[in-house]
Parts: sequence; C-alpha cells; structure tokens
Amino acid sequence: MNLNDCYEAMGGNYDEAIGRLRSERLVQKFVLKFLDDGSFDLLCRSVEAGDCTEAFRAAHTIKGVCQNLSLTKLQISSSALAEALRGGSWSEGSAELVEQVKADYQQTAAAIRAFQEANAG
Amino acid sequence: MAQQKNSKYKILITDDSEMNRAILIDMLGEEYEFLEAENGRQAVELLEQHSTELSLVLLDIVMPEMDGFGVLQVMNQKQWIDDVPVIMISAESGSSHVERAYKLGVTDFVGRPFDAMIVHRRVVNTIMLYAKQKKLIGLVTNQIYEKEQHSALMIDILSHIVEFRNGESGLHVLHVRTLTEMFLRHLIQKSDRYSISRADVVAISTASALHDIGKIVIPDNIINKPGRLTDEEFTIMKSHALTGAEMLANLPFHKNEPLIQVAYDICRWHHERWDGRGYPDGLKGDDIPISAQIVALADVYDALTSVRVYKPPFPHEKAVQMILNGECGVFNPLLLECLIEISADIPEHLGSTSTLQVNREDIQSIAEEMLRHEELSASGRTLQLLEHERMKYSFFAAMTQEIQFEFTVSPPMLTLNTWGAEKLGLAETVPDPMNHLDSPGMMNSEECRRLADALHATTPEHPVITCDTLVPYPDGPRWCRIISRAMWSTDEPPRYTGVIGKAVDIHESRMKLNSLEEQASHDAMTGLLNHKYAKQHILQRLEARQSSHYALAIVDLDHFKNANDTYGHLFGDRVLMFIADTLRANVRGGDIAARVGGDEFLLFVEYSASPELPIQRIYNCLSGKTYEQFPISLSMGVATTQVVGTDYETLFHAADSALYSVKRGGRGSCRFYTNETMEQTPSSISPIDSDQSQSGTAGKESTT
Repeated sequence: MNLNDCYEAMGGNYDEAIGRLRSERLVQKFVLKFLDDGSFDLLCRSVEAGDCTEAFRAAHTIKGVCQNLSLTKLQISSSALAEALRGGSWSEGSAELVEQVKADYQQTAAAIRAFQEANAG
Repeated sequence: MAQQKNSKYKILITDDSEMNRAILIDMLGEEYEFLEAENGRQAVELLEQHSTELSLVLLDIVMPEMDGFGVLQVMNQKQWIDDVPVIMISAESGSSHVERAYKLGVTDFVGRPFDAMIVHRRVVNTIMLYAKQKKLIGLVTNQIYEKEQHSALMIDILSHIVEFRNGESGLHVLHVRTLTEMFLRHLIQKSDRYSISRADVVAISTASALHDIGKIVIPDNIINKPGRLTDEEFTIMKSHALTGAEMLANLPFHKNEPLIQVAYDICRWHHERWDGRGYPDGLKGDDIPISAQIVALADVYDALTSVRVYKPPFPHEKAVQMILNGECGVFNPLLLECLIEISADIPEHLGSTSTLQVNREDIQSIAEEMLRHEELSASGRTLQLLEHERMKYSFFAAMTQEIQFEFTVSPPMLTLNTWGAEKLGLAETVPDPMNHLDSPGMMNSEECRRLADALHATTPEHPVITCDTLVPYPDGPRWCRIISRAMWSTDEPPRYTGVIGKAVDIHESRMKLNSLEEQASHDAMTGLLNHKYAKQHILQRLEARQSSHYALAIVDLDHFKNANDTYGHLFGDRVLMFIADTLRANVRGGDIAARVGGDEFLLFVEYSASPELPIQRIYNCLSGKTYEQFPISLSMGVATTQVVGTDYETLFHAADSALYSVKRGGRGSCRFYTNETMEQTPSSISPIDSDQSQSGTAGKESTT
C-alpha cells in the first residue's frame, strides 16, 4: 500500500495534497501524525459532555487539519458539523453529523493505520 | 537590527492544532526560529516576553482560552501591532472575518488549506517588508528625534547597505548628504525662489541618504560592471529610481511622514534632467522637485570625484568644470551658480568625514514643526516603555533610603529623588546648583570641587568613583558615602555631560569606626596617645614639616614603684593620671604627649630657637611638686632633630640613652643628648630628688 492508495482508501485527494505541500515526505509525515492529533478525542468527549462550544472547536480543528492534508471526506463531514455547531447550540441534525464525522474518522484512521503497517516492515 | 542580521527571524505560530503548527513549521523551513502557542493566552504571554524580537505572528482564529481576535485586540491595546506584523491563518474565510481581521491590523490573511509556496512567499514578503520598514522607522523616527546622533547612524547603515552592494566608497552617501546640505544652505541665502525652511534643509539632506536604495534590486553584475552597460542593462539600471520610490511608497506605515515624502521625491527623480531628457518620468525644469535636483547634482559631483569601477577619480576643479560644461547632464542654472559660489569650500567640507553640525536654530524649528505634526511623535509603544521605566525608577527611588541625584552640565541642574530632597530640605530640582553651594543642604564648595575634579578625571570606561564626605543635613552634618558616575557622551571625543549618583548614610558605622580608632590609638587609663599612635603622629609631623625643629623627650617617673608599694595601685594609677593631665595641659596644640609604658611618657615638641625653654617649662611644671603625699621626681632624656636628624628610631634611641644616663647619674634631672659622651652634658635642670640611693637600673626594664 502506498500513500496514494491510502488516500484512495480514506476518500482523500492525494494529488491536491502533494500540490500544496510540495513534497511526498511532508504529506506522509503529517498523514501519519494525524493519528496523534487529539481533536477527534476532544470532539467525542465534548459531544458526550454536551459541551457545544468545545465540540465546535474540535470539529473546526479537524476540518482545518483535513483541509491542509486534503483528507476530503472527513473534511466535508467535519466542516458540516462545525457549521451546524457554530451557533453554540445543538441542532436537530447535529447528532447525525457527529455520527458521520465519527464514521469518516474511523475510515480515515483505518486507512492510515493500514498504510503504516504496510510500510513498517 | 543586529539581531536580525546575525540570527534567524523569529516567528510566533499560534494554532490550537499541533499538527497545523508542525505543518507550518515544516513549510517555512529552517531559515526561521519558531515560538509556538496553542491558544491565544499563550500567544499573548509570548508576545509580552518577546514582542520586540518577533518578526511575525501567524495567528489562527478559532482557539480555546482566547481566540485570534482576542489576541489581535490585546496587540492593539498594547500597540504591539505597530511593530509586529500578523498573518491570520484560518479555515474561516467568511468576508466578515477577513474584514474584521484587517480592521484589527493584520497584514495578510491566508486561508486554509495551506499552500506551502503561498504561505512561504507571504511570510517572506511580510517579514522583509517589516524588516525594511522597521529599519526605516528606526531610521526615520529616531533620527528626527535625536537628529545629531541618529542621522549619523542612519547614514552609516545606509552607506553600508547600499554601497556594499554598489562597490562604491563608503563615503558616497555621506558626501551626497554633505553636499546637499551645502547647496541648500547656499541656495536659501541666495534666492527665495524655493520656499525651503530650515527643517526642510535637514529633512532633504537626511533623506538624500536614501537616493539609491532602489539599487538593492539591481543585479550585482550590472551594478559592478566595469565596462559600458548594454542598452538592456542600462534599462535595468535605470529602474532603481522608480523602485526606490516604490519601496518608500509601499511602506505600510509612516509613508505620510514628510521625511519619507521627501525621500520619495529624491529617489524617484534624482536622475531627471533640467532639459527633460532624464528618467524615469522625463520631468523638465522646476517640475523636478528642488530636493531631487540638488541631490542629482551632489550625486554627479561625488561620482566624478570618486573612484568607480569604470573610471578613476577626477580632481575637484576638473569635476566642477565638467559639470559646468554640461558633460554630465543638464542642471538648473541657479544651482550651477551655487556650485560656482561654494566650489572653493567643497573639498574642505568633504575632507572632514563628520557631517555638518545642525545648528541650534534648526533644532528649534524642527522641534516646532514636530509639535505641529502629531504623526512624527515616537511610536506610542516607545513612549509607553519609557513611561514604564520611569515608573519603575521612581518606585525604587522612593523605596530606597538614600539620596539619589542627577546633575546635568547643560542646563546646570540638580535633580534629587523625593526622599533625598526631603532629607536635605531641598527642592527636587535645583537650577544652577553650583551657585548655591555652601547654602543649607548643599555641599560646601571645596568638597564639591574635589568631587567634580575626580569625576572629570574619570573615563567613559571607568566612570564611577566612590568617596566619603560630610553631607550637611539640616540637623547637622552626617558622614555619607557618595557613589557617583560621570556621564560621558558617546561623541568622539566624549563630552562630560553630568553626573548621576547616590549618597548612602554611613554615619553610624563611620562614627563607630572613629571611636574604635580613638580607642585603639589612646591609652585607656590616661587618655593620652599610646606609643604606637604617638609614633604615627610623630612620623607624620616629621614628614610634613621637614624644616622645623623638634625635640623628643622620654619622661620617667622616679620611684613610682614606691608609690604603688606604699599607697597601693589605685593611688599609683591616680599619680599616673595626674602626670598625664599635667602633661596634656602643658603641651601646646601641635605637640604630642603620650604614655609609652608603665610610668614612662613621651613628649614631642616643636621649637624654633632653643629646645631648652619649652622642655624646661614642662619639666618644671611637674618636677618638685607633690601629688597628695607623693613627691614627684622626673628623669627626662631629650633628643633633638637638630642633633640627631629626623629619623624616628634614632631620635627615640638618643632620647632613651640620655634618659639612661640621667638615671645612672642619680635621676631627678633632665638631660639632652649630644654627640659627645653623655657624662659631659649634664642637664641644666637641677636635681630635686633627695633619694639617690637606689640603683640606676632598678624598675626601668622598659627603657629599651
């Protein structure tokens, strides 16, 4: 599995990422780092605690990171969640959006882990 | 500026996502140094500590604790935004956000996702722009404020920046400035066709230093090409005029300052020609600002008389002639007249590397002009820092229990801290203090002169001196230790501009010291000097007045052992005290009486004609008297400086041996040491001691 395959698997745009970051080394470095980013945990915790402001911020950060790395699928769902929470209160569809982000995150993380394993040996 | 030349630019990255920070750091690469903050509050803390070193802040909007707008608000409140550029980075790209960010003073706005090249480019642009601007702000505002020092600095820096590139002699900028100033001054005298104020003279000649800044962008190989430039190369070369002007016009701040506007004119039009055939705009005649006309002339003159890669230097006369012949361009005829008229003075003025002195009137009129132009004031932050320092100073000055003072030579003024002024009963500022010396609270003139002499004798490397002196407090003088520092100017040679210092009260410890010294130097029982200190005093007198005559006498109380044995030691002590008191009462002011042993005393007496008289007088006031029931008999050996010289040991030894011979001869008399044998020089003083049976050596162990 190469980095391109990895992007494929998580619904990202590899070419776009390379185009902006200008080096495969950088893209790979940060894609791998993505797993360490605490924003997703923060999102899950804030949703559980019902803290809308923090949840907004976490979603917003996920969106920013995804934008930088062109993790498009997760970017779209996290962006939608961020917009939904921007007002500072839970709205009707927000639970669904949270679920979508969770699913997309799992997909993205799984792809990255697979890439990591494939390249570890 | 030095910091930026020698070390990396510092960038503060503020983003709550560690990943985003890492991406930015990676994108910008190793040419920068990074500080990281994960929220607004941390960013503000880092700004607080590092604001002056930071070259750029990259700022996210959405962050915990304090968001990006919060940071911008603080940066505005504290006026950091004037000095540190901010690039806002955010996924938020709604126009309201962008607008709000720009309103709060951000320089640029970069939306996510990052494009490495764009981020890099914008960061570089912003930093360069600000670095240049900082340099110029530093140059521009400071030099107007403290013209004399700072314009020299500005010119120095520019000479280095531009001329290092141009391969010209480092003096070019300096020469152009000096010539410009000479032309302007002459022109104002000669004609009032141009309304040029004194402030304009300073502004134009200062700004003249910037005339070639556009050359920074011209490639080396063109600037330093020894041969003729091709048409293409010349076109590139010519662009420096416009480029320089644009650099100034694009300054984000201060571009409306008069100095920058003058510099703009000079940069843009210093290659125009009176006949309209110059570049870049082909302006003609007085459409060309007079500032640019003059700088152009100065530039041409100095180019002619200096070495260039493409030509040797021409002598002054030749250069002037070439200009007048129209070989180097066409100039305003009025300026050519000026050139002819000041021609004789030019070589001399350029010969001295120092710039022309700005005279007092200029400074005054600049100051007046500055009052009219608020935008010329130092940046608020500078004033704030100054105010901060002032508060800090006055706080500590109030806390310490010491007199702090500052004296300036011009105007002559003494400034005291509040505590000190109160203690001394003076006002906090005393104008013309040198004419109020010796008045209450002020030092006496002699002490003051001594201190002033010592301060004047210091050097800028070692300007601090410490001295102890009596300070006239209203309730009596007290010993103080004055630690003072001479203030030397940074000119060459340095000028003495005043003193700062403090006076610490050391009265108690000094008094203690004095009393310890008193104790150490005096015999506890009789209060006379002891032998050791008597010797010191005698040595001082012998040293100080070598032409005087002195007699040293050793006095021994005869049969003192009997007094102790018969009447007890307390009585014996009283006898000794009686002797001491009598001796003390009968020596003159400058003479010395001391107790050198158990019943032995020492006298040191100055005499003019004969030693016998004063010695005999002292001898007679004790010898033959009785203290209560105890009859007093003295043996006395005397040596004079006239006979044995002024060496103390010799004197003492001679007196001792005279005394010894008295004792051997039966005591109760006084004998002078002569160079003959002692037996042949009996004393003129008659013996009174009736008891002569005792051995001459008994109880005299101390006559060594």
